[in-house]
Amino acid sequence: MSATHDHESVYDGLLGSDDSQWAFGTDFEDPLAGIDTTVPDGVDPSDLGRYCLMLGDDALVMSHRLSQWCSNAPDLEEDIALANIALDLLGQARLLLARAAAADPTLVPSLPEGSPVPPEDALAFFRGDREFLNVRLVEADNGDFGQTMARLVVFSAWRLALLQRLRGSRDTVLAAVAAKGVKEMTYHRDYAARWILTLARGTDESRSRVEAGLRAIWPLEAELFEGHPVEARVSEAGVGIDPGVVRPEVDAVLDEVLSASGIERADARPLARVRGENGRDGLHTEAFSRLLAEMQVVARAHPSGSW
Amino acid sequence: MDPVSPGSSRHAASAEEARRIAVRVRDPELPMLTLEDLGVLRGVEVVGGCVIVTLTPTYSGCPALATMRDDVVHRLHNHGFLEVEVRISLDPPWSSDDITPKGRRALVEAGISAPGPAPDTSGPVPLSLLPTHRAVTCPQCGAADAVLTSEFGATACKALYRCTECLEPFEHIKEI
Repeated sequence: MSATHDHESVYDGLLGSDDSQWAFGTDFEDPLAGIDTTVPDGVDPSDLGRYCLMLGDDALVMSHRLSQWCSNAPDLEEDIALANIALDLLGQARLLLARAAAADPTLVPSLPEGSPVPPEDALAFFRGDREFLNVRLVEADNGDFGQTMARLVVFSAWRLALLQRLRGSRDTVLAAVAAKGVKEMTYHRDYAARWILTLARGTDESRSRVEAGLRAIWPLEAELFEGHPVEARVSEAGVGIDPGVVRPEVDAVLDEVLSASGIERADARPLARVRGENGRDGLHTEAFSRLLAEMQVVARAHPSGSW
Repeated sequence: MDPVSPGSSRHAASAEEARRIAVRVRDPELPMLTLEDLGVLRGVEVVGGCVIVTLTPTYSGCPALATMRDDVVHRLHNHGFLEVEVRISLDPPWSSDDITPKGRRALVEAGISAPGPAPDTSGPVPLSLLPTHRAVTCPQCGAADAVLTSEFGATACKALYRCTECLEPFEHIKEI
């Protein structure tokens, strides 16, 4: 194929005589192939692994909830938007779970001899609910579109603030994943914030729905900033962020959205810990068990399957 | 795994040949662009007889990356390079600014609007409550008047517009 061939047709690369274009790859390989995953000096590999699981599980579970809107959204544009946001988060989850597995291989569940399941998939599909370290905000049922936007604006404002700071992590892998994620979370936050504004200033019905959505998710908001001993230690070691530090910034963003929308900040008592534990300790709500059952059933039925 | 010494003409020639093949591999979802045009090809080198190709993903979850990797491997295999390794590079993250001038022309010729300059996200990112405003030109008729239909399109990297002059819809590569 000559250089002048380049602009003849959009499809010439696909329909030409070169059959290699038809070998469309669908397999999954290490998303960190060739990247140096050495754990930085002075960092406990187990802490770094668990911290990456926390961030990765937040993205994975949120992605799964958003993907449940696929073919169910109010219109085609929102369907595509939610699927795109879910895909970005799934990509972040893959990188973070792979990073967790590289930092501490003992986190990865063992599978039957010869199973082709890569570590990131083993983490996603073969852990039980007690081993997932996501915050409980992301696992709650979607509710209606207003509630989904209420959760997404809180989640994306929080995650954007975390990832912005994580770009300075001493762990170069986390820093690079965060730098990519910042660009994506910026879109997600703006998208959700605009919908809060649109629904709040729409009809009485749309306003009451988005207000009810914010009230429904607000008990899960405080947990985002509580921090876990692992988060405190990785923050101390210069590789992670203690989520408490982003509270003022996230509050300011949410206040801006709410005041533009003419909505009062919801006043709800935070969902209690159970025996002192919350999502970061692997303590989850009932909705999470049903979510995991759906997400994992095929992989668990075929632990040696290749796709 | 010593790098090939610059004086080795046979290896230098094969590195040049490997590079020539790799830069012509096309993006599976934007087939008017080569990987080089899109700015995702970060390097091609030959180390001890193995071709090492470095790619960077556009978006974290872009499913095209696996296809790109397979296409690069197959194409090099077809040309006799049997040992090929594809490495991923995440730093610095891909930016729409990495699309080459040739790539931008190819996009417009294929009816896709090329991205403007990417926003600076190095500092705090301001909340934007109003729809993103871009100076977009219709790739079909050249009119400078188009309305945003959706900030999200058929692939992660595109937004949807409609030209108010020729009324045709078109895709725009988002600035990131």
